[in-house]
Amino acid sequence: MTNAFESPAAGKAGQMLDMRYVGGDGLLVVLSGRWCLDRALPSRDAVEQALSEGVEDVRRLKFDAASLGAWDSGLLTFLAGVLKACAARGIEVDQDGLPEGIRRLLAMAFAVPEQKVARRSGRDANLLARVGTATMKMFHGAPAMLRFLGEITLSFLRLLGGRARFRVSDMWLEVEQVGPRALPIVSVISFLVGLILAYLGADQLRLVGAQIFIADLVAIGMVREIGALMTGIIIAGRTGAAFAAQLGTMQVNEEIDAFKTLGISPIDFLVLPRMLALMLMVPLLTLYSGFVGMLAGLLVSVFIFDISLFEYYNETLRALELKHFWVGLSKGTVYGAMVAFAGCLRGMKCGRSAEAVGKAATSAVVTGILLITIAASVMTIVYYQLEI
Amino acid sequence: MEVVPHIEVRGLSMAYGEFVVQRDLAFRVNPGDIFVIMGGNGCGKTTLMRALTGLQRPASGTVLYGGEDFWNAAPEDQERLQRRLGIMFQGGALWSSLTLAENVALPLAEYVDLSPSHIAEIVSFKLALVGLAGFEDFYPSELSGGMKKRASLARAMALDPEILIIDEPSSGLDPLTARRLDDLILELRDSLGATIVVISHDLASILTIGSDSIYLDAETHTMIATGNPRQALQSGDAKVRHFLTRGTA
Repeated sequence: MTNAFESPAAGKAGQMLDMRYVGGDGLLVVLSGRWCLDRALPSRDAVEQALSEGVEDVRRLKFDAASLGAWDSGLLTFLAGVLKACAARGIEVDQDGLPEGIRRLLAMAFAVPEQKVARRSGRDANLLARVGTATMKMFHGAPAMLRFLGEITLSFLRLLGGRARFRVSDMWLEVEQVGPRALPIVSVISFLVGLILAYLGADQLRLVGAQIFIADLVAIGMVREIGALMTGIIIAGRTGAAFAAQLGTMQVNEEIDAFKTLGISPIDFLVLPRMLALMLMVPLLTLYSGFVGMLAGLLVSVFIFDISLFEYYNETLRALELKHFWVGLSKGTVYGAMVAFAGCLRGMKCGRSAEAVGKAATSAVVTGILLITIAASVMTIVYYQLEI
Repeated sequence: MEVVPHIEVRGLSMAYGEFVVQRDLAFRVNPGDIFVIMGGNGCGKTTLMRALTGLQRPASGTVLYGGEDFWNAAPEDQERLQRRLGIMFQGGALWSSLTLAENVALPLAEYVDLSPSHIAEIVSFKLALVGLAGFEDFYPSELSGGMKKRASLARAMALDPEILIIDEPSSGLDPLTARRLDDLILELRDSLGATIVVISHDLASILTIGSDSIYLDAETHTMIATGNPRQALQSGDAKVRHFLTRGTA
């Protein structure tokens, strides 16, 4: 019996696979023509079919590749599949008819047995299981966060005791990065937010003929709440992500392990200067943001709503009390600490791959903004209850 | 009839701004060669690799693949020529967000019209060739240094390239793992008939696998020797012998 198998797509390339039963229990597989991936190749199913359709059980398989032309991985994967099928059926395979290069490559491929334990299972777990796993993972993250908070607290205590080891120049470098270099973006955002506040106030206050109170709204709003909030969010996106990426890359390069092995606390050396820099600079940026916002309110009031410059100035002075500045500064300090905490936490807990660094940066921003929002709510309620 | 070299470099100079790394390089890599680019630290081996693979335009000179000038070719021809190369980077450069199977499958899915099941078969075969059968679902971060190198080699071989360019195959590997990787490179050359360019300063590796070589000198900023590294060890340039004997000759 002779079976010829040719893929229709092979077209005029000629017959590539032919099989003949020989000697009662043998199958000869004849390979010919060009076996490359740039054309459709015969399927090994044809060989498996021939193995099971013989008059008697096929016990031996041989190859004839005398007419074989160019070949690549297409032929190799075909042959690997045939060899596996023969092994599963206990059929003896004689590879002598194959070119030497192919025999050597097949030998290499089968030299190391497949690591059965290496295969993953449960990858396609159902939705409920995945939700459960993700929830457990989230709860497992909470102790790590608390531990990190504890480590930072101890580090601050060491700082107060004069025992924390870090380079002050590193802190000033961070101060420069998070302070002066953030001024342009803080200026733009604060100006626009001040402008929005003024328009929003004007629209409502006009109804009761009290447009002069735009000054109160903008001044108290910017100094007490919005200045700190906007600065915190800007810094979370700009600096929190940068902290996570810097520390994450250091984690990938084993630089943090190097600190640990030298007995130097990475928290003291890396986290503390960043925490201090943000706790120092965010309140200052908050004040700056408040002034820029008030400037925007003044320009809108004077040029759009015909309020005189002196009226606006006097109303602002009357509205603002020192406590508003303290509230703004305290919120700025807390937000700065929150952003630094989130950025450093995600960076220090980063995995050891490029993808993990990206995830750490994203997570730092999300965590930072979440913590800022929670802190803002709590502080607003507390200050209200304390009538500050 | 004269053999058309797989790679021919003529008058190649590479520079970073005003600083010339290497000048006037000229060599040929013939089919089936294992060509070693050797030299000390900072001599420009990796810069040459980048010029050969289309990653960095040289300051002057030409690189010909099978007689076609790479740097003066149209972008689509450059892409076609680059597909004749498989590159194993020094650190593996495996894509960390993809599993090993996805790393090897990506070039196949991009350039070859095959069904996903056929691609999966090829991927498994390539991983089996480098001794990583069964590690398809692992991420690079879960592998040892030697396994990453072998996985990177499997990815480099994904498209059955004519030329394999391998940057520092043995760096960071223990001697036995490095030896196994050398054996793998020799086996691939012998069975696939591939041309292999190896950038290395690992002496054992250079002398074991190299059939031809150039030596790049960091002081004169040019190549000072060519030929079989074992012959260079016996009778070559004094500086090259000094290098190949770790400063004892």
